[in-house]
Amino acid sequence: MAMLPQSPEPVAAPTGQPQEAGAGSTAAAEGATPAALAAERPWMTLWRIFTLNRKAMVGMCIVGFFFLVAIVGPFFIHTDPSALSNDVLMPPSPKHWLGTTQTGQDIFSQLVVGTRVSILWGMATGLVVTAISVLVGLCAGYLGGIVDEVLSLLINVFLVLPSFPLAVLLAAYVPFKGPLTVAAVIALTSWAYQARVLRAQTLSLRRRDFVEAARSSGESTWRIIFFEIFPNEIAIVAAGFVGTAIYVILAAAGLEFLGLGDVTVVDWGTMFYWAQNNDALLLGAWWWFAAPGLCIALLGAGLALINFGIDEIANPRLRSEARPSKRLLRQMLARSIGAGAGTGAASLGASRSLG
Amino acid sequence: MRHLLRRLGFYLVALWASITLNFIIPRLIPGDPAGALMARFQGRLTPQAIHALELQFGITHDPLWIQYFQYLGDLLHGDLGTSFTYFPTPVATVLAQELPWTLALVGTSVLISFVLGSLLGVLIAWRRGSFLDNVLPPFLTFFSAIPYFWLALIALYVLAYTLNWFPLHGGYDTSLTVALTPDFLLSALQHALLPGFTIVLASIAGWMLGMRNAMITTLTEDYVLLAEAKGLNERRVMFSYAARNAILPNVTGFALSLGFVVAGSLLTEVVFSYPGVGFALLQAAQNSDYPLLQGIFLLIALAVLGANFLADLVYLVLDPRVRAS
Repeated sequence: MAMLPQSPEPVAAPTGQPQEAGAGSTAAAEGATPAALAAERPWMTLWRIFTLNRKAMVGMCIVGFFFLVAIVGPFFIHTDPSALSNDVLMPPSPKHWLGTTQTGQDIFSQLVVGTRVSILWGMATGLVVTAISVLVGLCAGYLGGIVDEVLSLLINVFLVLPSFPLAVLLAAYVPFKGPLTVAAVIALTSWAYQARVLRAQTLSLRRRDFVEAARSSGESTWRIIFFEIFPNEIAIVAAGFVGTAIYVILAAAGLEFLGLGDVTVVDWGTMFYWAQNNDALLLGAWWWFAAPGLCIALLGAGLALINFGIDEIANPRLRSEARPSKRLLRQMLARSIGAGAGTGAASLGASRSLG
Repeated sequence: MRHLLRRLGFYLVALWASITLNFIIPRLIPGDPAGALMARFQGRLTPQAIHALELQFGITHDPLWIQYFQYLGDLLHGDLGTSFTYFPTPVATVLAQELPWTLALVGTSVLISFVLGSLLGVLIAWRRGSFLDNVLPPFLTFFSAIPYFWLALIALYVLAYTLNWFPLHGGYDTSLTVALTPDFLLSALQHALLPGFTIVLASIAGWMLGMRNAMITTLTEDYVLLAEAKGLNERRVMFSYAARNAILPNVTGFALSLGFVVAGSLLTEVVFSYPGVGFALLQAAQNSDYPLLQGIFLLIALAVLGANFLADLVYLVLDPRVRAS
C-alpha cells in the first residue's frame, strides 16, 4: 500500500488516547516526575516529547537542517539554477558538486534553490490541510446535531474517495499550473483523515467539566471551540500536521513528477520531471534523480521519526522491550536502574506503518 | 443487517458524489477543455464537420441539468465517452485493455506482500527482542519510508540498467504478439518481476509492523497465557491463539488495499513504462485526454468503494462483536 501517497494515513496514532494518558505514561516511563509534567501546559509536554525521545530528537535535527537550507541556502547560490552551460551531463565533480543536467544546469544549485520552494509550499500546504481539518473536525464534534451529520458525511465521503487520483484529475483540469495549484489540489483532497480524528477527540471532550463550566458562564461557542477545546488537542493536531506534511511533500513531488505542476519552477518534484523526461536513467545519469530523491527521502524520514517518537510515547507498549511475561525479571531490573527503559536498541520498527 | 444497509446507503452516496464530482469538475473550471479542442479545429473545418465532431465527443449546449442526466444515462449504459488520444476508441475499451495488466501485476504483488508481511510480523512479535526483531523492522521500514518512485528508479537503474538482470521497460517483449502462448507469458513474467519486487519491498513493512503491533497486544491477553500454561505446542499458541485474533486489522487493511490495486500502481507503471491503468492515466493527463481521465478516476473510485464495502463485510464475518451491536 505504500507505493502511492494515498491519504494522510495514521503515521502516528496517539489518536485513541486522551492527551493526559499519553503525557502521563511518558513521564512514568522516562523517569520524570508525573506530577511535574501533568502540571505543565500542552506545548511544554510537546517540547518534552521532542527532547526526551531519541527518535524524535534525530527527526527534529534532520527537519531542522532542511529548514536551515531552505532559509539561508539560496543566499549562497549566486548562479541562476536554470542557466544553461556547456558542461553537459557531467557526473559529480569539484566544479559541479552534484553533476549537471542534459542542458548543463548545475544540479547542486537547483537542489538548494528547490529546497526552499519545496519546503515552503510543503509546510504551507500542510498548515492549510491541518487548518481545514481542525475547523471541520472541531465544529462537527462540538456542535453535533445536523451540523455533525452533514460534516460527518462530507468527511466520510472524502475519506473513501481515492485522494491522489482525484488530485491528478483536478490538477489536470486547472488551466494555470504552478505550486499554488498543486497546493490547493492537495489541500482539497487530503483533509478528511485528520478531521475524523479530531471530531472523535472533540466528542470525548465536549462533556468534560471545564467545557460545561465555560458554557454555563456564557462563553460564546467559537470561544469554547477554539480557546477551551482546541488547546487540549494541540498534541494531536501537531502529530497530524507532521503526518500530513509527509503526505503533502510526497504528493506534490508525485504530481510534479507527472508533469502536472509548473515545470519551469525549480523544485524537487520538477527536477524529477525533467530527469524522467530526458531519460536520465537510460543515459546513466544517476546523479540527476538521486539528489532530489535523497532529499525527499531524508526529509520524509525525519518527519516520520518525529511521529514515531510521539507514537512511542503515547503507547509505551510499542517500544522495543522484551515481552513482560517472559523476561519480567530483567525488565524490572532495568527499570530499577532507571536506564531509560524503552529507547534501548532503538529501531524504527516499533511504529506504525507508513501506509 | 441494519448496519449493513446503512453502510450500503453510505457507499451509494459516496458513489453519487464521485460521479457528480466527475461531472462538475470539467464544467466548473475556467477554460473549457472541449472548447479548447474545438478551437484547434476552428477555421480549418466546415461548421458541419465541427458539429459532427461535437456530437462525437458529446459536447452539447443544453442546460447543465439536462447534460447531467444525459451523463448519468450514458454511464448506466457503460458509455464513458470517446478517448482523445486513442480516437476513435471508446474510453471503456481502452480501460478494458489496460485493466488486466494492472490487476495481474499489482494484485499479485499486494497478495505476496500481505502474506509474507503478516507471517514475518507474527514471527518477530513471537520472538520479541531477537535478532530478527531488531533487524527486520528498521531495514524494511527504510524501504517503505523512501518515496516509492525513487526506490523504483534506483532499482531500475541498478538491477536493470547496470546489472542487466531485468528488462528496462514495457510489459512484454514487443516482438511477440499478445496471446496466451508460453513465450508471451514467460516474457510477461520476466517484465513483471522487477516492478512486482519494488511494490512488495515498499509495502511489506506496513503489513509486518501492523501484525507485530497487534500481536504484541494480543500476546498479553490471559487466554494466550492460559494456552501456554496448558502446555500447548508453540506453533499452535502462536497461530491458532495469538495470530488468529491479531490478524483482524490486517485483513481489513488487505480488503481496503484491494481497492488501491487499481489506483496504487500509478507510479509503478509510470517508472517502468508498464502498460496499465496508471500509465494510461499519465498519458491522459499529459495529452489533456479528459474523457479518459474521468473514466479512469471513476474506475478507481468504484474499485475503492467496492473494497471498502468488502472490508465492512469481512469485518462482519470475522468479528462477532460487530454483528452483535
